[in-house]
Amino acid sequence: MFEYMGDRLSKAIKNIRGLGKITEDNINDAMKEIRLALLEADVNYMVVKEFVASVKEKALGMEVEKSLKPDEVFIKIVKDELVSLLGGDYVPLDTKEKFEVIMLCGLQGSGKTTTAGKLANLLRKKYNRKPLLIAGDIYRPAAIKQLEDIASSLNIPIFKEDKKDVLEIVNDGINYAKENNLDYVIVDTAGRLQIDEELMEELKNISSNVKLNEIILVIDAMMGQDAINVITGFNDALSLTGCILTKMDGDTKGGVALSLRHLTNVPIKFVGDSEKMDGLSEFYPERMAERILDMGDILSIAEKVEGIVSEDEAKEQARKMQKGTFDLEDFLTTFKQIRRLGPLENIIKMLPQARSMGLNNISIDPKDMAHIEAIILSMTPYERRHPEVLKATRKQRIAKGSGRSVEEVNRLLKQFEMMKNMMKSMSNGKMKMPF
Amino acid sequence: MGLFNKLKNLVSKKEEVVDKEEKEEIKNYEEGLKKTREEFVSKLNILGIKYTKVSEEYFEELESILIMADIGVNTVMKFMDKLRDRVKHENITDTAYLKEVIVDELLIIYVEGESLSDKIKMNDNGPTVILMVGVNGVGKTTTIAKLAHKYVTEGKKVMLIAGDTFRAGAVNQLEIWAKRTNSLFYGKEGSDPASVIYDGLVEAKEKDVDIVLIDTAGRLQNKVNLMKELEKINKVISTHIEGAPQETLLVIDAATGQNGIMQAKAFKEITNITGIVLTKLDGTAKGGIVLAIKEEVNLPVKFIGLGEKMTDLKPFDIENYIYGLFKDMV
Repeated sequence: MFEYMGDRLSKAIKNIRGLGKITEDNINDAMKEIRLALLEADVNYMVVKEFVASVKEKALGMEVEKSLKPDEVFIKIVKDELVSLLGGDYVPLDTKEKFEVIMLCGLQGSGKTTTAGKLANLLRKKYNRKPLLIAGDIYRPAAIKQLEDIASSLNIPIFKEDKKDVLEIVNDGINYAKENNLDYVIVDTAGRLQIDEELMEELKNISSNVKLNEIILVIDAMMGQDAINVITGFNDALSLTGCILTKMDGDTKGGVALSLRHLTNVPIKFVGDSEKMDGLSEFYPERMAERILDMGDILSIAEKVEGIVSEDEAKEQARKMQKGTFDLEDFLTTFKQIRRLGPLENIIKMLPQARSMGLNNISIDPKDMAHIEAIILSMTPYERRHPEVLKATRKQRIAKGSGRSVEEVNRLLKQFEMMKNMMKSMSNGKMKMPF
Repeated sequence: MGLFNKLKNLVSKKEEVVDKEEKEEIKNYEEGLKKTREEFVSKLNILGIKYTKVSEEYFEELESILIMADIGVNTVMKFMDKLRDRVKHENITDTAYLKEVIVDELLIIYVEGESLSDKIKMNDNGPTVILMVGVNGVGKTTTIAKLAHKYVTEGKKVMLIAGDTFRAGAVNQLEIWAKRTNSLFYGKEGSDPASVIYDGLVEAKEKDVDIVLIDTAGRLQNKVNLMKELEKINKVISTHIEGAPQETLLVIDAATGQNGIMQAKAFKEITNITGIVLTKLDGTAKGGIVLAIKEEVNLPVKFIGLGEKMTDLKPFDIENYIYGLFKDMV
């Protein structure tokens, strides 16, 4: 296994620590690691070259204030540069006009149809719009059926027609929307290669004959160096107004985002981050920068936790942890909160030091989580408050009740005991929280 | 210069082929890899013209060409080290000669180590089961259609099983392909994939099917529960037909970057991946990821997709591939 980028980067940056100022010599290693980090994140080679040069220039010109550590200054320069590149002039999705049309385009398999459904869902939920989906992919077998299934699962109207001319279908669909009091039209199109002249002509034809408020490129975040050809190909033909990065719930770094911004200035409007229909999030340059540099995503977790745990609850639990009176009942509450955060491994991975603690490759089966919950739920409230009363017969009853084995019950109790002790020592200041 | 001479021989051999069918096959590779060749090889050629002497700038540009071909950062870094070593030891200064060394070393990456079979393993007693897996949107269903077309044309009785019960329209898409390719079809929307596959295999045995192609839902390799589902699917298949699946093919989009390596590693860990299908090689994509996967995960490529037509899926032939890629260099 190769070493992870984030670790190598922090090692290289450590060398700068304690130095009075940033010189070419002492940032050489760090620059090298940054370059590799970006290349491994699939950022375009040329973009990497320019980026590295510009960071170097800025870092060398920087006076390090006494109160700041040079390594911190340096990493800040890198991050700020990334963020400013990624963010640029962010333009949110156009929702100002009374009637709008948006067209999605992209390569085969980039996720256009799924994104069309997500977008319709978001427009209805967040912007109170009445969307219509137009099935413009008349080539791929069952593409229309796919969009129909998505539309019906969301209860959003769809327009389809058995015609060979996509422009005609789009026009008819727009008329249908107007007649039926729908105010946001989303056109799904067939996947195509940017070098397929005939099919690119089809899109150009639509864009020059229909008033489109947005032309959005849907692009797979896993794309490699070829991404620039795709991006420039589509942008030259269609003047894109934005882009959506899909499949960001995978473990790809998504360096394509950087290439995209650097080369075209096309804003990234959303990222697709789950297979569910609400899996479309706004794009945050800050988080993307941290993901590319492998620096963790504390911000995202903080935000997620905020939405789920109330402050009072959190305070109460912290107090109990300190006093060591944290029992299985509290554990269950915490556990439920954690489950609401989504897949636990995603949360853990976001912690900047997950890797040094060996937690980066952790995989948690949602079933295991369900088993733990089942075991605790099979205890009486009294048992949860006083786990010490749990002896053989009670354990057998709990095992039966939860459909698990006594060993599993034992394991859980042991783990809970360990956790409790750990919490105690943490709050006593014997052990520092890892973050 | 053993290998490069071999390449020269190969190119002249391929150009002299008279057999019509074989010629057609070579032409397919030539056409399908045209974009790739133009991007990659012409850059290598230009590099040789730009620099007649080996220099640091030369190395730097070479590195950029290799990385832009998605060969993989690790593989490229190792490759560059090796090349610098050879240049030093053999005292190479001439870039024309170095170009031969480069092609030589690139080929070594692919052929080094255990030789991997690019043939599909067939089951002598009962149906041959081929399971298709991969992340979302790489072209699994389309690849199955193309394979079905190939085997039906060869006179085999083929059945497609719709194991992707998750994505909207997936079952339908496969059913349409079954009709178009004259294959049998088994699928049930909205049910558990393992049970659909089980029922499908029962039917395949009853109907004396030669080849069963199983479609599965796209899954990102970091989703534990979906990867576990794949384990279960495998178990179901192997308990029902001994030695099956004969092949588990990981479908990878040629435009995938570094994540292709992660995909290959993760899938290989869960299932016994027997080969790779590299799709969408006809774009401007360079598919250098084949080399990286070979080097880092040691999996052979069994098929490549060179276009949208039914006949555009080709059994991977290393000689034709090399010819398609490097013919302009000789």
